[in-house]
Amino acid sequence: MHTEMKEGLDAYDYWPYENRPKITWPGGARVAFWVAPNIEYYELDPPANPQRKPWPTPHPSVPGFSIRDYGNRVGHQRQMALLDKYGIRGSVSLSVALCEHHPEIIEMCRERDWEFFSHGIYNTRYTYGLSEAQEREMIRDGIESIHRHTGQKCAGYLAPALSHSEHTLDLFAEVGQELFGEEGGLYTCDLFHDDQPTPIRLRSGRRFISMPYSLEMNDTIVYAVNKVEPRHYLTMLKRHFDRLYAEGAESGTVMCIPTHSYQVSCPHRIKAFEEALEYITGHSDVWVATGREIAGHYLANHYDEALRDIGAKAAAAGRS
Amino acid sequence: MSLEPEYLNYPWRRHGYDHERYAWSMLADRKPVRWPGDKPVAVWINVSLQFYPLNQRGVPFKVPNGMTMPYPDLRHYSLRDYGNRVGIYRMLKAFQQRGIRPTWAVNAQLAEQHPYLLNRLKAYGGEFVCHGWNMDHLHYGGQDRDEEADIVRRSVETLRKLTGQPVRGWLSPAKHQSWNTPEMLAENGIEYCCDWVNDDMPFAFATEKGPLAMMPLSTEIEDQFVMCQNLHSEDSWATQVKDAFDFLLNEGGEQGGRLLGLNLHPWLVGQPHRIGCLEDVLDHIAGHAEVWQAPAGEILDAYRDQAGGND
Repeated sequence: MHTEMKEGLDAYDYWPYENRPKITWPGGARVAFWVAPNIEYYELDPPANPQRKPWPTPHPSVPGFSIRDYGNRVGHQRQMALLDKYGIRGSVSLSVALCEHHPEIIEMCRERDWEFFSHGIYNTRYTYGLSEAQEREMIRDGIESIHRHTGQKCAGYLAPALSHSEHTLDLFAEVGQELFGEEGGLYTCDLFHDDQPTPIRLRSGRRFISMPYSLEMNDTIVYAVNKVEPRHYLTMLKRHFDRLYAEGAESGTVMCIPTHSYQVSCPHRIKAFEEALEYITGHSDVWVATGREIAGHYLANHYDEALRDIGAKAAAAGRS
Repeated sequence: MSLEPEYLNYPWRRHGYDHERYAWSMLADRKPVRWPGDKPVAVWINVSLQFYPLNQRGVPFKVPNGMTMPYPDLRHYSLRDYGNRVGIYRMLKAFQQRGIRPTWAVNAQLAEQHPYLLNRLKAYGGEFVCHGWNMDHLHYGGQDRDEEADIVRRSVETLRKLTGQPVRGWLSPAKHQSWNTPEMLAENGIEYCCDWVNDDMPFAFATEKGPLAMMPLSTEIEDQFVMCQNLHSEDSWATQVKDAFDFLLNEGGEQGGRLLGLNLHPWLVGQPHRIGCLEDVLDHIAGHAEVWQAPAGEILDAYRDQAGGND
């Protein structure tokens, strides 16, 4: 039986973009820039989920499966070469079963000192319908798998295929803390409400933030959902950056490019991505970082002040 | 609320794939392949000649670009037929002028319907690939095995008889397959299939009835995907194809041969306002000294001569 749905999300307070405490990034940078390559595994014949079909046509849905496999066979190395060229370490949104399926890719990321964060087990296994205990088990599997295969203490989460429950953020932070104390379970990429990190309210009261990940700049949303032409994606990325760079002179902003190698690394698209990276990293006041680095800096230097400001504004508005 | 515990079981979580159709490897790690004349990129110009029936059943889904209106959908029926009456002849002219050696992927029923068209394609030259029976005979999981076996056999036999060619290759309508399609192709003496788009080079594909080769025919740059699904302009399509070609040419020179499979539809690029963009694309590709332009079967043969068991 379905529990009653809530009208709104209780994870954060309304907090206007103007007159916030100033964020300062290392080196006085205006923008913290990070690239989040999604390294995913989609199953050819995943089990049915009561609320979402993994493939649009009867299995084997060859068109969808095979282009995603293109990302793994062909695309990642193209994208890696570009990130190497522009001095960017990726923050990998990882279907953790890929550690077993394609450890060669994991190894190449490790050699580059990239960050891994959890994106579930497979991108064809959804959160929908899981009990809280089952979701906790799935989240734990993700965090433990990353630790076992890479030695990293997973800091971030993007729910598989952006499938959520009401407990997703709580569970991730709780399991991360349980396994790794203050080093695990620090940020979520599942919320798109801001261009700066923001504190997230959890049932445990734990320090936890939302990291801007940007669906608007996500290549799959841009190409497969919004059907944008490759060269226009370059224009969008430049405009997005230019504005965040300008605003970052007042208070630091975050720009993320979430990628999928089956989109951005296709031969007709990769040039647009390369030109965007060249443009962005060609600016002086850009902090090229990983998700964990941005989260760590924010939690250490800005989180408490943000919480005080949010509280004061809520009180002034009579919302405390 | 909870799901069955099996939802969190992962029986195929292992090295390689969650299937046994082909081996896991990354393109950049494989032994480099060199095309004839040491060209870095092989270009396969594939023309899909199709029959979209008026009485479309849409089982198990409506084929992209098929009938969308209540019966009788004269609009889409005749617009697709345009390709076989008009568009293809514009393309033939464009190919002739540039010495293009095409691959013709033909619905077997269309070959049967229009002897003039088939003879014209034969007279021009090029390799024939079986494109299934028609665009409303899809291959899909859950399909009756005997029904599918009959479609595959009838399609391949018909096209072989009418073309007089061995017909080595297969392209499923909408690139959609059942779990049994690869076995049925092998049983019918098909050597290669064009449905799986997961590489920029050919690769070996296993069936219980003997080996197949997969020849990836890119969906992402094909005319109908870019212009009919993504709704980009014909100019943008031409730019995208040229960008893809330039990239693969460069990567092929640095890393080893690459394959560009360009799928075209006469009902789409054969229109008067689009044919110029196709000509522009062909000029860009065929005019390049570093390209090997050949039919799919020849490309596969050249690949096999070198790759051995390296895939």
